Amino acid sequence: MDNRLLKTMVQLLLPFIQLYGVFIILHGHITPGGGFSGGAILGASLILYGLTFGHQETEAIFPEKVSAWAESGGAMMYVLLGLFGLIFGASFLSNLTAGFAAGTPGQILSGGFIPLLMIAIGIKVGSTLMTLFSALIEGEPS
Amino acid sequence: MTFLTIFLVFLLIACALMVERTKDLLSAIIIFAAFSLVLSVLWLILQAPDVALTEAAVGAGITTVVMLAVLAKTERYER
Repeated sequence: MDNRLLKTMVQLLLPFIQLYGVFIILHGHITPGGGFSGGAILGASLILYGLTFGHQETEAIFPEKVSAWAESGGAMMYVLLGLFGLIFGASFLSNLTAGFAAGTPGQILSGGFIPLLMIAIGIKVGSTLMTLFSALIEGEPS
Repeated sequence: MTFLTIFLVFLLIACALMVERTKDLLSAIIIFAAFSLVLSVLWLILQAPDVALTEAAVGAGITTVVMLAVLAKTERYER
């Protein structure tokens, strides 16, 4: 499909959609939303690109190998952050008792390691949705 | 606000019934996206902006696209 209007509109809109997704992920601990919502918006923006520009060009920008690594890496980052609590003598996924800095309430740098957890969840959810979509599209045509 | 809530609830019920009734599966998917959108506004009225955000992204966005991808591999009309 070669639709100039659609492609131009997607190229204009895509940075704002992705900025909104990153905003929701980074503000997950002080505003509504969080890792899952922001990751879903990031995944939706990638799917929008894939629907408009076709499979080959999406493969060139966001290869499936990168997607698989991001998917495993997000889950691994979550588990490793949880294990920090065990190393420093508290329970799994313990936050301030494990020695993470609390920061000032209301700022972005607050809530201990919750922003890092949100980033891990965002990477995981976004790449999982993209992998799901490309696995559905890739299969043999009926 | 009360009138808007009652209107949206009836719209939600109408969307849910039409998804089940229609034979054209493409129309059913689009009506299902409208259902998700109305439900998202209702979550916002019920003061759950977190759920509303997730419903708008997943229910109206991702679910529609995934169902369209499945529909492209099957027939459009229900027999």
